[in-house]
Amino acid sequence: MTRIAIIGAGPTGLSAAATLASAGHAVTVIEREPEPGGIPRHCGHSPYGMREYRRLLSGRAYARRLAATAATAGAQIRLSTHVTALHPGGRIDLLTPDGPETLTPDRVLLAMGCRESSRAARMIGGTKPGGVLNTGALQGLVYLDHLTPFRRPVILGTEMVAFSALLTCRHAGIRPVAMVEPGPRPIARFPAALLPKALGVPLLTRTQVTAIEGEDRVRAIHLATPKGARRIEADGLILTGLFRPETQLLRPGPVLLDPGTGGPQIDQYGRCSDPAYFAAGNLLRGVETAGHCWAEGRAVAQAVLADLEGHLPAPETGCALTTGAPLRYVLPQRIVTGDLPPAFPQLYLRLAEPARGTLLLTAPETQAALGQIDSRPERRLSLPLPAPSVAAAEVTLRQP
Amino acid sequence: MALERYDIAVIGAGVIGCAIARAFTLDGAKVVVLEKAADVLDGASKGNSAILHTGFDAPEGSLEQRCVAEGHAEYLSIREGLGLPLDPCGALVLAWNAEEEARLPALLAQGHANGVRDATPLTAAQIRSEEPNLSPRLRAGFRVPGESLIDPWSAPHAYLLQALLNGATLLRNAEVTGGQHDGTDWHLDTAAGPLRAGLVINAAGLWGDLLDERLLGQRDFTIRPRKGQFVVYDKSAAALARHILLPVPTEKTKGIVLCRTAFGNLLVGPTAEDQEDRVTAALVPDTLAALRAKGEEILPRLRDHEVTSLYAGLRPATQYKEYRIKAHPDRAMITVGGIRSTGLSSALGTAKHVRALAETLGHRAAPLADPVTPRLPNISATAPRDCHAPGHDGLICPCEEVTRREVEAALTGPLAPNTLAGLKRRTRVTMGRCQGFYCSAALARLTEGRLAQPMTGPTDRMED
Ligand SMILES: Cc1cc2nc3c(=O)[nH]c(=O)nc-3n(C[C@H](O)[C@H](O)[C@H](O)COP(=O)(O)OP(=O)(O)OC[C@H]3O[C@@H](n4cnc5c(N)ncnc54)[C@H](O)[C@@H]3O)c2cc1C
Ligand SMILES: Cc1cc2nc3c(=O)[nH]c(=O)nc-3n(C[C@H](O)[C@H](O)[C@H](O)COP(=O)(O)OP(=O)(O)OC[C@H]3O[C@@H](n4cnc5c(N)ncnc54)[C@H](O)[C@@H]3O)c2cc1C
Repeated sequence: MTRIAIIGAGPTGLSAAATLASAGHAVTVIEREPEPGGIPRHCGHSPYGMREYRRLLSGRAYARRLAATAATAGAQIRLSTHVTALHPGGRIDLLTPDGPETLTPDRVLLAMGCRESSRAARMIGGTKPGGVLNTGALQGLVYLDHLTPFRRPVILGTEMVAFSALLTCRHAGIRPVAMVEPGPRPIARFPAALLPKALGVPLLTRTQVTAIEGEDRVRAIHLATPKGARRIEADGLILTGLFRPETQLLRPGPVLLDPGTGGPQIDQYGRCSDPAYFAAGNLLRGVETAGHCWAEGRAVAQAVLADLEGHLPAPETGCALTTGAPLRYVLPQRIVTGDLPPAFPQLYLRLAEPARGTLLLTAPETQAALGQIDSRPERRLSLPLPAPSVAAAEVTLRQP
Repeated sequence: MALERYDIAVIGAGVIGCAIARAFTLDGAKVVVLEKAADVLDGASKGNSAILHTGFDAPEGSLEQRCVAEGHAEYLSIREGLGLPLDPCGALVLAWNAEEEARLPALLAQGHANGVRDATPLTAAQIRSEEPNLSPRLRAGFRVPGESLIDPWSAPHAYLLQALLNGATLLRNAEVTGGQHDGTDWHLDTAAGPLRAGLVINAAGLWGDLLDERLLGQRDFTIRPRKGQFVVYDKSAAALARHILLPVPTEKTKGIVLCRTAFGNLLVGPTAEDQEDRVTAALVPDTLAALRAKGEEILPRLRDHEVTSLYAGLRPATQYKEYRIKAHPDRAMITVGGIRSTGLSSALGTAKHVRALAETLGHRAAPLADPVTPRLPNISATAPRDCHAPGHDGLICPCEEVTRREVEAALTGPLAPNTLAGLKRRTRVTMGRCQGFYCSAALARLTEGRLAQPMTGPTDRMED
C-alpha cells in the first residue's frame, strides 16, 4: 500500500482523496482548520454541488458531503494540523495539536487553495480601523458565527466573489452603500452584474479606493472617481477578489513557482518540478468554481495513480512553456512527451489586459498558430493541449 | 473621604511609562500607572522599527546616548529572565554615494566615542560577501555588531507586568485631566476618578507638552509628531538580508532601514514626516510605493516578494533633538518628554535616570527583597513557539502560527487586553500574510464577550 499525503481539505483535496483511497492507497488529508471543507465551509449560500452531486447545495452542506465521501472511501482526515515545510522527495513537516511531526509519504498532493489579496497587498491608504474584511472572512463571520461585522460597508471589486459578498450581506441584513470597480465595467458577467441594481446598491466604475478613515471603526471610505475625490460614509470595507495562490509554504522550495500564476509549475499531469509533488485546484492559479477544482482534484488523482503504477511519462521531458505580455500565464507550464491521457487536456491562458489576435506557439525555428482570441483579463481561455516537438516554446499573441 | 494614595503616579503607559513603573515598583514604591487609552501601548509605542539600538550615532555626551547605552545593557541582562527575544543580527551602515562614503569615518569615530568600540569598517566586497542580495551600487560601510532586533511589544508588556505582579496598579481609560500640588501631595483628576500621589511622572509621549501645561501651567517644549510609515514584506523575503541595513543618518532622521523583524518578516521604513495630528498616522499609498521602490533599489530581489502589511507610527519629536527630561523640584514632578526615536532601546536606561532624579526630589528607595519575575510567552521567531509544545488546541492564526492556547492565555491575567489591537500586540493574531482572511471568524468567536471593544462592532449577533 502506498502512502499519499494531501495538503488541504477543500474540494480539490477531498475529491482527490476519495479517488486515491478508493483505489486502495493509504491517504492522509492534512487540514489546518478544525473542520474539513475548505472555502465552501464558510459559505452559506448556493450554488455548489451541481457537477459533483447533481443537486444544488449550500456551501456548508457541500463541504460535509465532500468530507463524508472521502472518509467513506477510507481517507484519513487530520484536522487542526498545519503543514509548515516541504522537503525534496516528499518529506513534509507538520504542526499538530501535539507538536511537530514529520511525514515521509510516497507522493504529496498540494491543494492549499487561494485567498483574496489583503488591504496591504492592495496598498490602500488611511488608517487601520476594524471592519475591513475579505469576502472569505465576512462569510466566516456571518455563516459560521452569525455575527454582523458592519451595517453599511463599501464593496471593492466586481469579480464573481463580490456578488457572493453581496448575497452574504443581504442574508445578514447588511446594506452595502456602494460597489466599487477600478475598471470600466463589472468583471463578472451577466447575470451577476445585474445584482447591485436589483438590490439597490450603486455601482461605481472607474473608481479606486484610496483611503480608509476611522479610528476604532471605519467612518468613511475615500474614493478616486473620474469626477475627482469623493468621501462616502460607511462603517466597513469588503475587499473582494484579486485571488492569490496560498504559497507561503512553497516559497523556500522544493517545487518551482510560476511568476504568472503565482502557483507551482506543473506538467499536464499536475506534476510539479519535484516529481514527488503534484498540485491541483485554486493553488495553481487563483479562483475557479468549486466544481472545476473538484474535477481537477479527481483528474490529478488519476495521474498520481498512473504514476504509482509506473505509467506516467518521465518528468522534465517534452516542452517547457513560457509566456509574456499581454498574456499573464499559461497552465500547465510543461508538456511532457507521452500518450497517457492528461489530467489537463487543455491549455489554460489568461490575459493581463484586454487584447485580441492570433495565439502563436513560438520556438527559435518554428511558429505554430494555436487559435484566435478576443478577450479580457477576467476570462479563462482554453485551447486544445498542443504537442510541441521542441524543448521550449513561448506562447505569444500576434495582435492585428 | 480619603483618596487612594500612591507614592508614584506614572502618567502614560507607553514603553517609557512601563519601564518607569517597573523601576519604581522594584524600588519598593507604591505605583499607579494612568493610561488614557483603552489599552497600553496605544501612542508612539504602537508602531516602531523594533531595533534595540546601541546609540552609536547619538550625539556624543547626550542624555539620549547615555540612556540608550544603559537601556541596551539592561535589556540584555534581564531579557532571559523575562522571556524576551533577541535577534543579535548586528547592523551594517551602508554608503550608496561618494558623499555618504565621505561621512563614514566621522560616524564610525562617533560610534567609538559613544562606547561602541566593536564597530568596524568594511569594504563593499566584504559587505557583499555577507549580504549577496545587496545592489551592486554599494560603495562601503561599517558594521555595528550590537544593534539587534527585539519585539516592540513584549518588552514593554513585560516591564509593566512585572510592576503589576509586584504591587503596582494599572488604570486604563484613565486620562489625567488636571491636578493640584498641595505642597506635599498631588491630587490628580482622572477619567477613572481622583487619587493622590507623592510624585508624578509625565510619560505622556505624544501629549507630554499638553500634560505639562495641564499640571504645571507651562511647557518647555512642543511636540511635533513625526510620522514614520513602513512596508512589511512576507516571511519569504526575510532571507534576503541577514543584518539590519542602515543608511548614513541625517540630522533629522536615522533614514530608511531594511531589516528582518523578530517575527520573521522583512520591513522597509520608516519615513520621517512632520504633522500636527497627534492621533492619526495615515498610510499614504504614494509614499508607500516610494518606500517599496527604495527597498527594491537596495535589495533588488524584493521585487519577487509580496507585501504582508503596512503600518505607520508617530514619534514624539520636539523642536529639540535631545530628550526633554526635567525634574520640577517645587512641584514633585518629573517630565519625561520628547523620547523621539530611540525610546524602545532607552526605556530601561531612561527609567534608571528618572529614578536618580526622583532621589534628588527626596524620593527614598527600599528595593524589594525578592521581586516576582514573570516570563512572557515567546511570540517571536527567535525561539520555539507555543505551537511546538503539545496541547495547544490548534492554530487559530495559521500565518503567524498563533495557537488557541496562546490567545486564551493572553485573554487572562492582570494585563489582559480589552481591544483587538491589544490582543494582536500580545499574540500576533491576524498580523500575518492573509490579514484575517482565514482567522477573523474563529477569532471573533473566541473573543466574544471578552474584549471591552468587540471585534464585530455595535450590532453583533443575528438569530440562527
Ligand atoms: C467567498 C467565496 C465564495 C465562493 N462561492 C462559490 C460558489 O458559490 N460556487 C462555487 O462553485 N465556488 C465558489 N467559490 C470558489 C470555491 O470555494 C473554490 O473554488 C474552492 O473552494 C477551491 O477549492 P480548493 O480545494 O482548491 O481550495 P480551498 O477550498 O481554499 O481549500 C484549501 C484548504 O487548504 C487548507 N490549507 C492551506 N494551507 C494549508 C497548510 N499549510 N496546511 C494544512 N492545510 C492547509 C486550507 O485551510 C483550506 O481548507 C467561492 C470562493 C470564495 C472565496
Ligand atoms: C516610526 C518609528 C520608528 C521607531 N523605531 C524605533 C526603534 O527601532 N528603536 C527604538 O528604540 N525606538 C524606536 N522608535 C521610538 C519609540 O517608539 C518611541 O521613542 C517610544 O515609543 C516613545 O514612548 P513613550 O512612552 O514616550 O510615548 P507613548 O508611547 O506615546 O506613550 C505615552 C502614553 O501616554 C498616554 N497619555 C497621554 N496623555 C495622557 C493623559 N493625559 N493621561 C493618561 N495617559 C496619557 C498615551 O495614551 C500613551 O499611551 C520609533 C518610533 C517611531 C514612530
